[in-house]
Amino acid sequence: MIDVIADRFPYWMTAALIAVGLYGIIGKRSLIKKLIGMNILQSAVILFFVAGSLREGATLPILLDGHAGEAAHPEDFVNPLPHVLMLTAIVVSVAITGVALAFLVRIHHEFDTLDEESLLEQVRQ
Amino acid sequence: MLPALVLALVIPVTGRMRFGSAFLLAMLGAILSTVTSAWALATVIERGAALHYNLGGWAPPAGIEYVVDHIAAFVAVVVSSVSTLTIIATRRWANREAGDRTGPFYGLVMLLLAGLLGMVVTGDLFNLFVFLEISSLAAYALVFLGGRQGMIAGFRYLMLGSIGGVFYLLGVGFLYFSTGTLNMADTAAILTEDASARSVQAGAVFIFVGLGLKMALVPLHLWLPDAYTFAPSSVNSLIAPVMTKVGAYAMIRMFISVFPDGYLTDQVPIADALLVLGLIGIVYGSVMAIAQHDLRRMLAYSSIGQLGLIAVGIGLATPLGFIAALLHIMNHAVMKSTLFLAAASVRLSTGLSNVSDLTGLGRRMPWTMAAFTLGAISMVGIPPAAGFFSKWWAVQAAVERDQWHVVVVVLGSSLLTAVYLFRVLERVYLHPTKPEHAADPHTATAGAAPDDPTTTETTEATESPADAVLPLVLLAIASVALGVMSSIIVTHVLEPGL
Repeated sequence: MIDVIADRFPYWMTAALIAVGLYGIIGKRSLIKKLIGMNILQSAVILFFVAGSLREGATLPILLDGHAGEAAHPEDFVNPLPHVLMLTAIVVSVAITGVALAFLVRIHHEFDTLDEESLLEQVRQ
Repeated sequence: MLPALVLALVIPVTGRMRFGSAFLLAMLGAILSTVTSAWALATVIERGAALHYNLGGWAPPAGIEYVVDHIAAFVAVVVSSVSTLTIIATRRWANREAGDRTGPFYGLVMLLLAGLLGMVVTGDLFNLFVFLEISSLAAYALVFLGGRQGMIAGFRYLMLGSIGGVFYLLGVGFLYFSTGTLNMADTAAILTEDASARSVQAGAVFIFVGLGLKMALVPLHLWLPDAYTFAPSSVNSLIAPVMTKVGAYAMIRMFISVFPDGYLTDQVPIADALLVLGLIGIVYGSVMAIAQHDLRRMLAYSSIGQLGLIAVGIGLATPLGFIAALLHIMNHAVMKSTLFLAAASVRLSTGLSNVSDLTGLGRRMPWTMAAFTLGAISMVGIPPAAGFFSKWWAVQAAVERDQWHVVVVVLGSSLLTAVYLFRVLERVYLHPTKPEHAADPHTATAGAAPDDPTTTETTEATESPADAVLPLVLLAIASVALGVMSSIIVTHVLEPGL
């Protein structure tokens, strides 16, 4: 049982983070907490990609002088592509968070609250 | 050779120039992208093969590739031409709704267009995600401009849309770790050899859910009614026709150029899920549309129903089904922009948005209402209007697969559509005018933006200005003309592409 969890620890963590994030978005009433939930959800994906690129005994994907004479084996290196993808994904998630925060500032300015229930109540009037 | 590049780059650059006449630049950008995509379509048809462009000169499996094939060019033409006409038609409203900040407003519009066109032309799974988020981000911000209710709707849209993006990205991750590539053609080649892995199935399901959220497939549609209803009028007539369609297009892409033939029907029952959810969507959207009093909200629910029809076409997963779906993407974009523009035109020049208040408008706004009628006829599917032909192909595809219940629902949806749209027409043309209502303050309903000073004053106003009506009439005529030409479109554009 422990083995099953320990072997695939990053993936269990990913699943747990997704669950936490979705709970935050759906279950919390405060819009700020919803936003935090969304950020947790996005970091779950980042963890997933980075964990998938790992390989036991592999090193940084940088060609050093030592490799000049002999062929470098891809198995010796961590796959760099997912990291690059995640840099882009982080940028995307920062952009979304920024826009969402700007929204929240405006909403708070307009309604004086960030509680979903009372917001909906105010809108209905 | 580089239409894709021009297409994707010119627009945001134009949008960024936030000084001078933003509208002119935006219009220029939109027209330019229409011309380039039309040119790309012509080139693709002439050559009979797809155009490829390697971004930054890196060869495909490693670098990002843009592919413009028949279908991509077709959807690009639809998206950019409909947006162009909408941008022109909504100029006055945008000036009123965005105030002195039309620069950022048109910047967002252009960002939206760039993101959508990027999604259409890209041949790379991760790049699709980036463009998906670009277009969504612009759409969130545009919806947010719609006053108090628009703010809430915009924030909700952002939350749900981001969940969709995250799910799509997870799916791409699963695919990437099982194939080692992000290029669509390369993925397809690898998956054709061996696609039995459980992780590929998981990836397919995640991608399906993510794109389903973006295309407002039924249980995932919750963001749509509010977003479409409360967005500023200049915005909802822009995002309603094109936004969800490109999500649907991405779904078709998954079927025809990422996953091997039959994979999504046999190994993972995604096609069946799409079919069933699409059928539910048709019925649910149409019934909810009948129940609405607000014209825009009615059109928003009707969008859900029409997207159901597109989903049914995709879910049938045969070439005929894809033809039906693609044809309906075009037809619905044209019809819905007609209807939304007409509704916005009515609301902004008379302040009316409740269906029951529209009495006698046929006489006061003859051109707008004529366009609305043409759009409605096309939605219901009366030949020779365009809507008839996409339904015709959907029915054909369903008969071919022996799915008779699909035939029943698709034909039944015409009746439901007729119920809610002809109810409007009946009000507009046949109902006797009540003289007292022109002075009735209640006509400026809750749907109208409270900061809109003209809602009450101009109740007597007649037709909208010519520059708003002309694109509207053009779109309305297009919804009939495209129906007449639909066999040409199918044989020359869609069939070679599938």
